[in-house]
Amino acid sequence: MKIGIMVSEGPYNHQASDTAYLFARNAIEKGHSVPRVFFYHDGVNNSTKLTQPPQDDRNVVNRWSKLAEDHGVDLVVCVAAGMRRGITDDILAPGFRISGLGQLVEAGIQCDRLVTFGD
Amino acid sequence: MSDMMDDMDEGGEGVVKKFMFVNRKAPHGTIYALEGLEVVLISAAFDQDVSMVFVDDGVYELIKGVNTKGIEVKDFSKTYRALEGYDIEKLYVEKASMDARGLTEDDLIVDVTVLDSAEMANLMAEQDVVISY
Repeated sequence: MKIGIMVSEGPYNHQASDTAYLFARNAIEKGHSVPRVFFYHDGVNNSTKLTQPPQDDRNVVNRWSKLAEDHGVDLVVCVAAGMRRGITDDILAPGFRISGLGQLVEAGIQCDRLVTFGD
Repeated sequence: MSDMMDDMDEGGEGVVKKFMFVNRKAPHGTIYALEGLEVVLISAAFDQDVSMVFVDDGVYELIKGVNTKGIEVKDFSKTYRALEGYDIEKLYVEKASMDARGLTEDDLIVDVTVLDSAEMANLMAEQDVVISY
């Protein structure tokens, strides 16, 4: 099954991006595909390479980048939500790209399921 | 663009799905309602079968007489009246949510269809894509 994902919350502040990541990774391990993860609202803060969590904690941003590298997951950051929050191309971690909300709607149309994570 | 995205691009043309946007939050206090509305407007460009529902504090998004001067944020309540121009005409409000807040249809800035909770559940069950905030 093709599963699109939307992440609506920032990393560390909220468990949504952790749960979304674990869901995506496990879905792929089970043989599903996750063509795209769309980051919206404060979820855009998952994409910045400036993130530096303490060494004894998980690195949420790098984890997404690795998922993109290993499985070709398209990590899309909403341009409008990103601009509000200072997320620009200069600070994107590997595997992320900035695009429009149409990419979310497109994922809804083209995937078998769209699963959303957030409040 | 990855191979998987190429795969996703196959067969996407001409598909019409039922999209439902579920508005659950007050218009101000968090940005969910404003940014949620932006997705709805974009979805209009994709020729999908779009409906919006308003439940819980989401019913406050539609009330008349909003004035945001005191909190110094943008008042986007008039945008809901522009939805018709985007061919987004299926607006549903849950009766219990209005009742709990002492609101009636007369308090709302747009024409809506009022559903009871069971009807709302049935409508949700019919959807292909539900995006909720």
